[in-house]
Amino acid sequence: MPSPARHLTSYLEESALRFPERTAVFDQDGTSLTFAELHRRSDRLAEFLVEQGVKPGDRVGIVMAKSLISYTLLWSVIKCGAAYVPIDWTNPPERVAEILADCGVSLILTDPQSPDMSDVVEHVIVMDPATFESTANRVPTGALPTSLSADDLIFVLYTSGSSGIPKGVMSTHGNVTSLIEWAVGKFGGSEEDRFANHAPFHFSLSVLNLFAPIKLGASCHLIPTELGKDPRALAAFIAERKLTVWFSTPAILRMLAEFGELERHDFSSLRLVKFAGEAFQIPSLRKLTELWPSTTFFNVWGSTETNLCCYRQIPRPIPADRADPYPIGFPGTHCRVVALDDAGNEVAAGTEGIMHISGASVFQGYWGLDKSNFILRDGARWHNTGDVVREVEGEGFVYVGRRDRMIKRSGFRIELAEVERALLRHPALAEVAVIAVPDSQKNIQIIANLVSRSQPRPTIIECKTHCSEHLPYYMNPDRFVFHDAMPRTSSNKIDYQSLVRQFEETRKA
Amino acid sequence: MEEIKQDLRQFILNEFLPGEDPANLKDDTPLLSTGILNSSATLMVVMFLEERCGIRIEAHETSADNFDSVDRIIAFVQRKLA
Repeated sequence: MPSPARHLTSYLEESALRFPERTAVFDQDGTSLTFAELHRRSDRLAEFLVEQGVKPGDRVGIVMAKSLISYTLLWSVIKCGAAYVPIDWTNPPERVAEILADCGVSLILTDPQSPDMSDVVEHVIVMDPATFESTANRVPTGALPTSLSADDLIFVLYTSGSSGIPKGVMSTHGNVTSLIEWAVGKFGGSEEDRFANHAPFHFSLSVLNLFAPIKLGASCHLIPTELGKDPRALAAFIAERKLTVWFSTPAILRMLAEFGELERHDFSSLRLVKFAGEAFQIPSLRKLTELWPSTTFFNVWGSTETNLCCYRQIPRPIPADRADPYPIGFPGTHCRVVALDDAGNEVAAGTEGIMHISGASVFQGYWGLDKSNFILRDGARWHNTGDVVREVEGEGFVYVGRRDRMIKRSGFRIELAEVERALLRHPALAEVAVIAVPDSQKNIQIIANLVSRSQPRPTIIECKTHCSEHLPYYMNPDRFVFHDAMPRTSSNKIDYQSLVRQFEETRKA
Repeated sequence: MEEIKQDLRQFILNEFLPGEDPANLKDDTPLLSTGILNSSATLMVVMFLEERCGIRIEAHETSADNFDSVDRIIAFVQRKLA
């Protein structure tokens, strides 16, 4: 078997040769590029980026809406041997600036819709449609790097950091192609498939459906943010495009099941639905499997650091007595998964341990940080994911939770320390302690406990406004609770357990 | 319409501003720039209004013009019902 570690450009080159006239990518409005066009245009744009000084190993910020233009530019950055750093520009400006400065981007690509970046980095190129068209159709210069390697970084994706500061996950082409080779083998597919591309580029969930269609010669259907959160329009889009492969968080699928009016459309083309990022509660999953009777469903599990590693097919029908979400399941052939105790020994099946992952999809480390939670074991490098799991015979790995202060919401990872850091920037707040508790539907709620410096205390609306100015929307607390003083442990630390108990009691009352 | 407005205020206070003094939510308090309504909260308001008023609201109608305050939402609903 050939090694799966390759540079992603080889997938595009091969598909451009095998399927030059097949459509590689569709924008929301139906405009599209064939494989031959995508290959040619991204070459021209890459030559342009080289002229602009982009070198192998550089990081290039992409602060753009998802579109045919930004998609083609991802490929151009890759072809320069550089890594793309996709940015959610709906994040507060200070977080965006922090991320771009952290990994030292040499250039930022933006579009006319995104905010002005010129005070963040000197070199900003605004790719409006006219510039894009003229650049993509220039006379070839042939000036592209020739020695691309599977060890080149393909992207740096930022995720919430426990220090309160986002950290950049560095992945190589080899990391990504190992994932794609496994996923294509496991879940099948052909050039006839039509892949939904729902997740934003800055979210690690986007990686599979960005690059699997390129490998297969299948088409990739871009779903920009606005369409992606409108359940009725999204349902119509999936049906009209006759999409065959879907991958998103359960939150989006739950929204489709509850509000998408799915009975109005024909989804018989949709053969495969994968979801990841958080547990899919059974009532909504059951409803969706009933509304989409010809679709095969998989729960997959991964992290930004390891990409997707475990999978579990959802039985149909889902047994009537099933109440717990399905386990994260079995490791793919591209990785190994073990649960270890605190001493680093593998725990017996059925016993809880900390999940460690080794394999070709595991990242290189965090940008600029020495601490990447790796251990050496049996001569291999293992990543400590921090997740508590236990292995159950016939079920694979069951997710138990975490021991630290990291939570997940809508598939996004949130360090509660980052929420606290943002709240403490409010001049009227003396102390903050953020906790996470499940609500009655088992969805995670973020509760900000606050002590005000003075009276009158800030209003809840002021607190919300402050958070929406300093945090990404998915990190904003659901509730703000003021205290005269924080409860303390005997060692005078904030007593988080007591805050959780207090909150549960108020809620019951 | 006043009744719908009170129900809408109550819905927003209960769902998105638990613990807030109702007097702090004015009829012209911005709902979007303050983060009171994010996209999933807006979807919940849409569902609430569709049920409460028997109207159908399309996603493109949830712009700031129509949704950035209680007053604007009520004016929008009035136009839909007219």
